Amino acid sequence: MKKVYSFGSIVCLLILLLAGNAFADSILCASTTSTENSGLFGHILPMFEKDTGIEVKVVARGTGAALEMGRRGDADVVFVHAKEQELEAVAEGFFVARHDVMYNDFVIIGPPDDPASIKGLTSAVDAFKTIADHQTVFVSRGDQSGTHTKELAIWKQTAINPAGKKWYLEVGQGMEKTQRIGNEKRAYVLTDRGTWLSTNDQLEMEILMEGDPVLFNQYGIMAVNPEKHSHVKYEQAMTFINWMISDTGQTAIDSFRDKLGNSLFIPNAK
Amino acid sequence: MAFILESFHSALILIVRLDPELLSIMLLSLKVSGSALISATIVGLPMAALLGLTSMPLKGFFLNLMNTCMGLPPVVVGLFIYLMLSRSGPLGFMGLLYTPTAMITAQFVLALPIIVALCHSAIVSVDPVIRQAALTLGATKSQASLTVIAEARYGIISAIIAGFGRLMAEVGAILIVGGNIAGYTRVMTTTIALEADKGNFELALALGIILLGMALLINSLLLIFQRQAIVRKL
Repeated sequence: MKKVYSFGSIVCLLILLLAGNAFADSILCASTTSTENSGLFGHILPMFEKDTGIEVKVVARGTGAALEMGRRGDADVVFVHAKEQELEAVAEGFFVARHDVMYNDFVIIGPPDDPASIKGLTSAVDAFKTIADHQTVFVSRGDQSGTHTKELAIWKQTAINPAGKKWYLEVGQGMEKTQRIGNEKRAYVLTDRGTWLSTNDQLEMEILMEGDPVLFNQYGIMAVNPEKHSHVKYEQAMTFINWMISDTGQTAIDSFRDKLGNSLFIPNAK
Repeated sequence: MAFILESFHSALILIVRLDPELLSIMLLSLKVSGSALISATIVGLPMAALLGLTSMPLKGFFLNLMNTCMGLPPVVVGLFIYLMLSRSGPLGFMGLLYTPTAMITAQFVLALPIIVALCHSAIVSVDPVIRQAALTLGATKSQASLTVIAEARYGIISAIIAGFGRLMAEVGAILIVGGNIAGYTRVMTTTIALEADKGNFELALALGIILLGMALLINSLLLIFQRQAIVRKL
């Protein structure tokens, strides 16, 4: 009998462990490493929760993976930075209510001695061309992220196909890891400014090229189309989107500072 | 090498401060791996007994399969469970993706082959005389089987310890199906991976030390249990 009891109690314990978390009003947001790891979400989500009572769970992936999560219906709302891909996915009917939320920009970082001499160039396309001409090592995200998408768009404009070249390393990792690999390899890396500002104290690298309009980095938010996936929490997702583009949300984004006191994102919802 | 000392130092500070966030992460690690291990044992032990004590068709093939699956890459298991549980997958209607339940499911799949294969070898290495003796003393077939399983308890606990080790150390599968959501599906190993990504190496190492301490504690408990099992046997 004793054995039956202990078996029974284990089963009860299991059921207890598996249940729970079922009734909380929460939505799942697929987003990118740059927003989660910089601490932006940690800053604004508690404010949103306080205002609306809705909890936002964040899964941080590259933009490509986050969009795919939304397409498959595994998220309620998507907050990423690859405007063309976003608009394409909206046109395909996977998402609705896309809005610009905030921006920052991309910069090219590299070893302080700048072996390919890109310092002083004003065009990112020229900088990429120079790096390719010198065959200095360039570390690419290679993970279909927003940053990777931007990088490929620039390579396309140079008419150089870097894939497979021995100086071009596709590492398939997040922004921080890619930077760190670049640091070890004394290589050039295209990075978003937000991640750079939060990591540069650990890297022996410098910004060598910035300010080209082509390096503009727009973040957008959109809801998964409830007509494609009827289970999504569309109403709560829209509450979140409307809050993000409202004055309250925009002020919250504006007030965010990273651990070094930098302002990483500039709100620009219309 | 000073970084190791510093990591020990920060690990100690984290423990002493009893940071509530860290505590909930530790508890979730235990909850996920513990639930997966218990359910894998509940399912796996009878399977191992069936394989060890009866003759059934395809037994050799099944055992070989279990032994092979002991080396399943967690990432592959994670991906498979992800595709099953995704809203666009066959079990999507259950809405389990990115929940602790999904993580338990993935770890269950990882633990089951270890439990079955190691419990099986524990059971078959019990001296056949014991089963014979039980039968001679008037035990029914199932009573005799229970006697054999009880005799194998030392090896069975070893199997559970091995399974626990794999689950507590695992990151690939639970990262994919859990999503590493702060305060919800973030466990020790995924936190370590995240902090290492962010470049907080010392914090990551400190968390690793705490994880090791947790494993040490649990294994000690299991070993005490195991020792008692031997004492009773003697």
